[in-house]
Amino acid sequence: MGAECNCNCQADSSKKIDELLSQYRGNPNGLIVVLAAIQQDNGYLPKDLMIRVAEELNVPLTDVYGVATFYTAFTLRPRGRNSINLCLGTACYVKGAPEVHDAIEKELKIKAGDTTEDRRFTFDVVRCLGACGIAPVMTVNGEVHPRMTAEKVSEVLSKYE
Amino acid sequence: MSITYQDLEEIRSKAKEKLAARLGKDPADEFKYHVLVCGGTGCHSSGCQAVADTMEKALNDEGLANSTKLIQTGCMGACQLGPVVMVYPGAYHYCNVQPEDIADIVNDHLKNDKFVERLCYRNGKGELQATMPEMDFFKKQHKIALRNCGLVDPVSLDEYVGMDGFAALSKALKEMKPQQVIDEVKNSGLRGRGGAGFPTGVKWQFMADQEADQKYVICNGDEGDPGAFMDNAVLTGDPYSVIEAMTLCGYATGASKGYAYIRLEYPLAIQNFKKALEVCREKGLLGEKILDSDFSFDIEIREGAGAFVCGEETALMASTEGKRGEPRPRPPFPAVSGLFGKPSNINNVETWANICPIVLKGADWYSGIGVGKSKGTKVFALAGMIANSGLVEVPMGTKLRDVVEEIGGGIPDGKKFKAAQTGGPSGGCIPAEHFDTSLDYENLASLGSIVGSGGLIITDEDTCMVDLAKFYLGFTQDESCGKCTPCRIGTKRMLEILNRISKGLGRDGDIELLEELAYMIKQSALCGLGQTSPNPILSTLKYYRDEYEAHIKDKTCPAGVCKIRGAKKATS
Amino acid sequence: MATVTLTIDNQKVEVEQGTTILEAAKNAGIEIPTLCYMKDINAIGACRICVVEVEGARALQAACVAPVGEGMVVKTNSELVRKSRKMTLELILSDHPQECLTCLRNTNCELQALSEAFGLREVRFTRGAAKSATADDIDDSAPSIVRDPRKCVLCRRCVAVCEKVQGVKAIGPINRGFETVIAPAFDQNLIDVNCAMCGQCSLVCPTGAITEKDDTEKVWAALNDANKEVVVQTAPATRVAIAEEFGQDPGTISTGKMVAALRRLGFNKIFDTDFSADLTIMEEGTELIQRVTQGGTLPMITSCSPGWIKYIEHYYPDLLPHLSTCKSPQQMLGALIKDYYPKNAGIAPENIYSVSIMPCTAKKFEAQRDEMNDSGYQDVDVVLTTRELARMCRNAGIDWDTLPEENYDDPLGMSTGAAVIFGATGGVMEAAVRTAYELITKEEMPDINLTPVRGMEGIKEATLKVGDLDVKVAVAHTLGNARKLLDLIREGKADHHFIEVMCCPGGCIGGGGQPIPTNLDVRLARIAGTYQADEELPIRKSHENPAITDIYEKYLGQPLGELSHKLLHTHYVPRGVYRKPEGLPDGGSEH
Ligand SMILES: Cc1cc2nc3c(=O)[nH]c(=O)nc-3n(C[C@H](O)[C@H](O)[C@H](O)COP(=O)(O)O)c2cc1C
Ligand code: SF4
Ligand code: SF4
Ligand code: SF4
Ligand code: SF4
Ligand code: SF4
Ligand code: SF4
Ligand code: SF4
Ligand code: FES
Ligand code: FES
Ligand code: FES
Repeated sequence: MGAECNCNCQADSSKKIDELLSQYRGNPNGLIVVLAAIQQDNGYLPKDLMIRVAEELNVPLTDVYGVATFYTAFTLRPRGRNSINLCLGTACYVKGAPEVHDAIEKELKIKAGDTTEDRRFTFDVVRCLGACGIAPVMTVNGEVHPRMTAEKVSEVLSKYE
Repeated sequence: MSITYQDLEEIRSKAKEKLAARLGKDPADEFKYHVLVCGGTGCHSSGCQAVADTMEKALNDEGLANSTKLIQTGCMGACQLGPVVMVYPGAYHYCNVQPEDIADIVNDHLKNDKFVERLCYRNGKGELQATMPEMDFFKKQHKIALRNCGLVDPVSLDEYVGMDGFAALSKALKEMKPQQVIDEVKNSGLRGRGGAGFPTGVKWQFMADQEADQKYVICNGDEGDPGAFMDNAVLTGDPYSVIEAMTLCGYATGASKGYAYIRLEYPLAIQNFKKALEVCREKGLLGEKILDSDFSFDIEIREGAGAFVCGEETALMASTEGKRGEPRPRPPFPAVSGLFGKPSNINNVETWANICPIVLKGADWYSGIGVGKSKGTKVFALAGMIANSGLVEVPMGTKLRDVVEEIGGGIPDGKKFKAAQTGGPSGGCIPAEHFDTSLDYENLASLGSIVGSGGLIITDEDTCMVDLAKFYLGFTQDESCGKCTPCRIGTKRMLEILNRISKGLGRDGDIELLEELAYMIKQSALCGLGQTSPNPILSTLKYYRDEYEAHIKDKTCPAGVCKIRGAKKATS
Repeated sequence: MATVTLTIDNQKVEVEQGTTILEAAKNAGIEIPTLCYMKDINAIGACRICVVEVEGARALQAACVAPVGEGMVVKTNSELVRKSRKMTLELILSDHPQECLTCLRNTNCELQALSEAFGLREVRFTRGAAKSATADDIDDSAPSIVRDPRKCVLCRRCVAVCEKVQGVKAIGPINRGFETVIAPAFDQNLIDVNCAMCGQCSLVCPTGAITEKDDTEKVWAALNDANKEVVVQTAPATRVAIAEEFGQDPGTISTGKMVAALRRLGFNKIFDTDFSADLTIMEEGTELIQRVTQGGTLPMITSCSPGWIKYIEHYYPDLLPHLSTCKSPQQMLGALIKDYYPKNAGIAPENIYSVSIMPCTAKKFEAQRDEMNDSGYQDVDVVLTTRELARMCRNAGIDWDTLPEENYDDPLGMSTGAAVIFGATGGVMEAAVRTAYELITKEEMPDINLTPVRGMEGIKEATLKVGDLDVKVAVAHTLGNARKLLDLIREGKADHHFIEVMCCPGGCIGGGGQPIPTNLDVRLARIAGTYQADEELPIRKSHENPAITDIYEKYLGQPLGELSHKLLHTHYVPRGVYRKPEGLPDGGSEH
């Protein structure tokens, strides 16, 4: 789990987040629901908003952070412009996803879970997208690339700026 | 506005007419053809949206929109062949359809009543199997849980009702006492499809027997087994069947609130389930006084946030409460103290999908399917080195060979079947010598594997079993919640040993150390994730110990998968 | 209550339904080893050290959480059980630095003891094995406690205490799986978060993963410096606990031996924080009377527990005006040691090195606060916990058993029974009432034992007739209980005049710097020792302490007088829970 972003920008909350925060005011049960909305809105969990969640839901900040670092859907750093998810579920694994994995790491010069320095790509590994029939599966920004091979990596990625 | 029993029956009889074309009868309305484009996750991924859009445009352009009904369904099963388009009457199954193929379907089939042969399926022997009933993939299947998947518009209440939807609920509310509903489920012999195979009716009884001001019904839609996607198919393709079943359970056990926990990675499932919930609320099929009865029930969705362990029931409940998804010791069992400390009944999506037919058609009908103590059907997610992968629903007791060779069309490229991995990361493998084994709870357990959630991964001679075990262990190690020692540290150490073995750096005694560690973790971990994590190792060691030894002693990977520096050429 | 009969290791045992196998075995005289379990506080079944074999069960069961069942057959010592426990321990050690010889918890570590008891002789996983934490993760940012995640076994006892007892949860599990660590949010340093510095986590930690910050070297250096006059004070609660470090029973009163030990270590003057406890009563009692008669902020709340002070500064900055402006006894005496004492003894204050021996890790933090230099110097240079003093004694080869009983030095060594009971929850209240009653009514109190405020109940209340006035008081120990009273105050529902709050369970006798183990039984024994010490003293009321009368006559003038105000009172800093509160004045005093 990487450290959170340390710049001093203030992340503004959207109206949706404000509404959720008031819906769950004082109710710790809403923690994941609210964090998920923030993640979706911002692409990551800004520290400032996490503190607000702690205050408004009445959850210790330790718990907010504990939950944020438990679930892989939450990230503490802004993500790249393009988000690559490579499936390493069983079906994809036995059909050659590991080679695709290595090819992406080599192409982008980052490890899975990281973002390229120019913030062009974030590369994550997922476990089964429910599309095992067309394994190995890779998605970029939700766009699906079925039957991936190591050779196709470079060409597919070149389409995303 | 809440609909009544009467209204429901009216909807049903109208809907049945409209569905006639798809049910093998003559079309009873203005639509001569029903064109179904699969919108399941697999086909979605292979580009079905463009196919559907092109089809819609073509129908409009050709003036066929009034005589051809176009709908997008959930998964039809043969995802490998996607995008799939089906044309009724006749259930013509077009495979790998691209937007440019639409013109042919429209011109030949819809205008001239001639099916497009080149888009139809041919089996390994090259025989044409143009319609679904003809296809090997579907012939041996028996669809109960998947009865509506791929056949109806998932979010259309009318179509669901037309397929006898909400008939079970209305029957129960009108004619059955809660205990009768439980008895029906008990007598059907249905066992939980989430992995453990616990008798569903017995579980419902536990909860019904609890006195409490509030009880909960939970749908476990976390489907974490990497390689299983039947729950996704049901949630996406037939969400009402889960809603109706949960409501029935609420009625039977005295619960007024349900939660459906659906994993985040299934956006389509979440979307369709949400939509179905809205429709049900609008029609009074959820909410206060359902169908004008005295029974009230509602369901809330909780989205997972990316943690396999949240499929474990106590972790799922912690997660629903907004906490870290860490399992806790049982007892107390959820039926006594579950979500928010209240009695809760949790079932798997596929389990839910079996409930309504059981209540409607009776326990005897259901228990007549299957073998021994494994009743009914089971959906397997067939994948890996197999010609036709996809979702396969077969009666319990079907032979593995039949599933692989007949339904799955065998191993491609003339390769040999090596093993089937069942039950995902908690399961084990079935080697070629047990190819004729029957797929049921007791039998798989006796072979050291499990039915589990129904993942069925086929491997061929090019698969390295050490590598496969390493894959599963890497998964569980990654997904361990970290609460208890044996799993947190033990899976890490097992993986380290496997890693060195697969790099050709294995040491003497590593196999014994692995075995000892695996056995102890099974015995001592807190939850099922840790307890079952050694299974892939133990089962591959049981059948393929020689492969491990080859890696350690000869520094070779017999399948040629593991990258061993300076390895001798594989001898086999 | 229904009972259940079961068989444990071939013995028939009858216990109440709902009992755990662990408790049932204990009834049968069988000690099942545990690591993560802490009665009533942490029953999470996480470490898997306590596993037992239950006939018919699919896997081993964790005895600490598994309830007994009728007819159950349990084996606590089978081959399988022993092997499993040993493997679990081996796994823990494979992710643990084997540094016992240089570890603060050497010879008093539960992990070490288990390792010895299980006869573990080899860890087969160490070569090339990954570690979940490294030396970079050590957090020694705080003056009070040090966290060394490398030694953490993730038993979560600290988390449970911090959350359930203190209601703070400054630390908790973060990350997942093998990467899990116990740390503050955002991996911040402890000094930067809302930790009260109470050290309760260090008391319950079975290993050296959370310890007091060891300051003994600083004190050795001062003792070795010929130019320094090293003056020491000892808190009320250390005297009933330190003997445990030398194998004696909890609650053994060893005031005289402790003084003798300090003298042998080379301290130049040995004063008693009990003296300033008496002084606190005079100041605080007067302040209370003033607030009641002149309409000040009520209820007034005690301020002698620095863990409590830091907590209220973080969580209830709006309620700071309720705090008494009195410094803690340690800081009162600290100011006198660098102001009054050098003037009296003709020593340059800059040559004085002021040490306190405290049951408390929070006092290490308190001594460093900016406010605590009213003498013109840092009033207290170093705070040592009871554990650290014992460590110095062992280092110096002091034989506790043969030590004589010696007396404190004058002029700051004289005290009363009222001061001794400061160490136990309710003690400050009882001491204050003993004095306030007599100052207000000018009559002798009929019974000076205020039993309703004694004991381990979380919140104790009493109403006392003092002259015409019905005085309503409340006593809370632990921050979790304090919070309940604070919420009442915030809602305007607290009609008390005076509230005592102590941060630690049982008060300072259960402080975070006390000998380990400190559990409920040990706390009760120390409380008993405390009241026994009170009974044994000739003077039991603060205002009757002749040294107190003396210092007011000769130096301070009167309670709340100008000099008292300067040396003995303080003000507080609103901190906020996660960020600095805006628009709140500094609480408490005008200073
Ligand atoms: C690690 C772990 C993961 C699990 N994942 C799932 C899952 O994804 N879906 C599911 O239905 N059950 C899962 N289970 C099983 C559930 O704990 C529970 O037994 C099940 O939901 C009960 O429903 P059933 O009786 O209908 O099978 C999992 C169990 C474990 C130990
Ligand atoms: S939260 Fe991160 S991105 Fe946002 S302002 Fe702060 S540092 Fe920048
Ligand atoms: S077995 Fe693994 S997943 Fe389950 S509680 Fe233990 S650490 Fe967590
Ligand atoms: S914590 Fe215990 S086991 Fe670990 S190094 Fe210290 S004394 Fe040894
Ligand atoms: S216990 Fe063993 S390792 Fe430790 S100091 Fe003694 S001899 Fe050395
Ligand atoms: S010192 Fe007290 S407040 Fe701080 S972490 Fe430890 S228990 Fe919590
Ligand atoms: S720091 Fe100590 S008490 Fe806390 S979890 Fe780690 S070992 Fe347990
Ligand atoms: S109660 Fe005593 S030991 Fe605990 S923080 Fe307060 S002063 Fe320190
Ligand atoms: S394993 Fe990759 S999509 Fe299922
Ligand atoms: S998703 Fe279309 S057939 Fe499975
Ligand atoms: S003491 Fe029972 S599991 Fe830790």
